[in-house]
Amino acid sequence: MHTTVNNHADASIVFNNDEERVNWHDKTLWFIREKRDKASHNIDEWEALRNNASQIKNNVLSNLSQYLIEFEEKAKANGVIIHWAADAVEHNKIVHSILQKHGINQMVKSKSMLTEECGLNEYLEHNGVEVIDTDLGERIVQLAGEPPSHIVLPCIHKKKEEIGELFHEHLHTEKGASDPQYLTAAARQHLRETFLTRKAALTGVNFAVAETGEFVVCTNEGNADMGAHLADVHIACMGIEKIIPEQKHLGVFLRLLARSATGQPITTYSSHFKNPQPHQEVHIVLVDNGRSIHLGKEDFRNALKCIRCGACMNTCPVYRRSGGHSYHNAVAGPIGSILTPNMDMKKNADLPFASTLCGSCSNVCPVKIDIHDQLYKWRQVLVKEGYAPATKKVSMNMMGWVLSSPKVYNFAGKSARWVLRNTPFLVNNKLNPWYKERELPEAPKQSFKEWYKANRK
Amino acid sequence: MGREEILKRVQQNQPALVSLPNIDEIPTAQNIDVVQLFKEKLELLHVAVFEVGSLEAIKTTILNTYTSTERLVTTIESLQDIASYIQTVQEDAHSLENVELAIIPAHFGVAENGAVWVTESIVQYRVLPFIAQQLAVVISKQKIVANMHEAYKLTAGTTYDFGVFIAGPSKTADIEQSLVLGAHGPKGMMLFLLP
Repeated sequence: MHTTVNNHADASIVFNNDEERVNWHDKTLWFIREKRDKASHNIDEWEALRNNASQIKNNVLSNLSQYLIEFEEKAKANGVIIHWAADAVEHNKIVHSILQKHGINQMVKSKSMLTEECGLNEYLEHNGVEVIDTDLGERIVQLAGEPPSHIVLPCIHKKKEEIGELFHEHLHTEKGASDPQYLTAAARQHLRETFLTRKAALTGVNFAVAETGEFVVCTNEGNADMGAHLADVHIACMGIEKIIPEQKHLGVFLRLLARSATGQPITTYSSHFKNPQPHQEVHIVLVDNGRSIHLGKEDFRNALKCIRCGACMNTCPVYRRSGGHSYHNAVAGPIGSILTPNMDMKKNADLPFASTLCGSCSNVCPVKIDIHDQLYKWRQVLVKEGYAPATKKVSMNMMGWVLSSPKVYNFAGKSARWVLRNTPFLVNNKLNPWYKERELPEAPKQSFKEWYKANRK
Repeated sequence: MGREEILKRVQQNQPALVSLPNIDEIPTAQNIDVVQLFKEKLELLHVAVFEVGSLEAIKTTILNTYTSTERLVTTIESLQDIASYIQTVQEDAHSLENVELAIIPAHFGVAENGAVWVTESIVQYRVLPFIAQQLAVVISKQKIVANMHEAYKLTAGTTYDFGVFIAGPSKTADIEQSLVLGAHGPKGMMLFLLP
C-alpha cells in the first residue's frame, strides 16, 4: 500500500495548507451530497428501501457460510472457476498464478477497492506484470503515482490543470490544455488501444447472487465491460460479504446504490456476468482478509453491510476538509474509519477520532450502518487497548480526576478563568491545538455557580 | 486454498439467523404513466428519443444521420438494408472496433431510471453495445415497466449468459465533476419507441 503520513491529523494539516483547494473540495463533495438528497427525495419509498436493504444484509451476515457455498456451487455450474483467498497475500498470489498460467504480463483493471486493499498493483508490478487502471479517475491517480482518494470519485482531490499536466507528460496532450472534454477524449483514445490489446481483465464485484451464481458490476464509463468482454481471461475479485441471496434483491440495491453515490437513478451500466463466453475463462476470487473475524464482533459487524456508495464520505464534514489520503487506507471517510481498525487496530487507531460524531454518515447510509455509533465504540476499545495517543491519555486522565472531585473542579474553574483573563498567552499558543484556527470568547469573571449563589433571592 | 478454514470461521462467527424481509411489500408509486416517465428519464440521460410508427421511420432517421462510408451494424433482421446484419458470432469481437453505430433491440425498459435490459442473445457479441461509437436501441412502448422490482420479475425465470441494464451513453465526471459523454463506450445514444 502506498502511504505517506500515517496519522489523520498530521495528514490533514498538509491538506489544509492550501485553503482554496480545501474549500473547493468541500463544496464539490457537498454538491454531490445535495444531488443524492434530490435523487432520494424523488422516491417516496426511500426509507422502506433502506430498511429492506439493511434487513437483507442482516440476513446475509447471519447466513453467510451457507450463501457462500450456494454461490460457489451455482457459479461453478455456470462454468466459472472459484478461488478462495484467506488474506491479501493469497489473493495476490492467486491472481498472479492465473496470469502466469496463460503467459500474460499485461492486464487491464476496472475499479476494485478490494485490490487496492490487497496492494495488488504493486505486487504484480513487482512480479513483472503491467497493470493499467481503466476507470478514468483511477488512471489519473495511477499516472500521478497516488492511491485513489475516494471510492467512487478516485481523483476528486485533483484540479483539471494538474490532470492536464499529467496527460501532457504521459499521453502527449497539448501543454496547458485542461478542458475536461479534451482530456477525456485523449484518455478514451489511449485506453481503447489498451483494451484491444490486453488478454486479461480484472474487475471488482458489486453484488454476487447466491441463487444464480451471477455477479453484477456497475460502472458509468463502460470500462469493466470493454475490458472483460475483449479479454481471454476475466478475473473478478470480491470480498466474501458481497453476496446477496436472490436476484430480485438486486432491485432493492440497484435502486439505492447510484442514487446514494452520485444522485443518478442508476449507473449507466449494470452488467450481470453469468456464463463465460466461448473460449473465455472466468475466475472469481473470494477474499476473506479479516472479514470472517470482523463478522464475530457484535458491535462492529454491521460495517460489513457496506455497498461502497461513498455517501458517508460526501456528507462528512471531516472527510470534506481533510481529503481521502489523510485516512491512509483504500477506503477513506467514516466507513473506512470503522472498517480498517478491524484489520489493524494499531495502524488505524487515529481514524475513529477523525470524526465529529455528528451522525450525518449514519443518516445517509443506504443500508443503515450505525457508522457514528461504531466510531464512538471504537474510541472506547482503542483507549482500553492502549492505542489512544499519549497526549489524549494524559488529558483524559487529568479530566477524570478534575471531574470526580467538586473541590478540585471549583478550583480548576477559577484558575482557568483567571489564566484566560490575565495570561491568555499561556494557553493560546502554538503548543495547544485547540487554538488552531480558533479563538475562545472572553472568559467570564465568575462561574454560573458563583453567579447563582450571589443572585439567588 | 483456505476454503474450509474460511467457511469454518464464517460459520463460527456469523450471528443467529435473521430472516429475509418480504420485498414485495415495499410500497411503490401506482398509476404512473410509464412511457412518459421513461422518456423524461432518457432525456436527462442525454438520449435522443424518437417516437416512430414503424421500422421504416427508423431507417429514414438513421439514413439522414449517417453516411454510407460509416460502418453500421444491427442485430435486427428487418433493418439489414441499412446496416450489416449480425445473425451470430462469426468473427473475433475485436473486429467490431470500427463500428460507428450499433442498432439493437432491448427486452424491456425501466421508467424510473431510463435503463433498458439487453442480453447476449440479442446483441450476439457481448462487447457490441460498448465498443460502438454510437448506440441505437429499438423498443416497443408496450415493454416499459415502472421500476427495478418489476424489471427483475421479468428477468426471473429467463436464461441469459450475460445481461446488462444500459442507461444512456457511456459517461464520466472524473475530471472536476464535469460531465463528459463517451468515456469508453458509446458517445451518444438514440432510442426508438415503437407502438
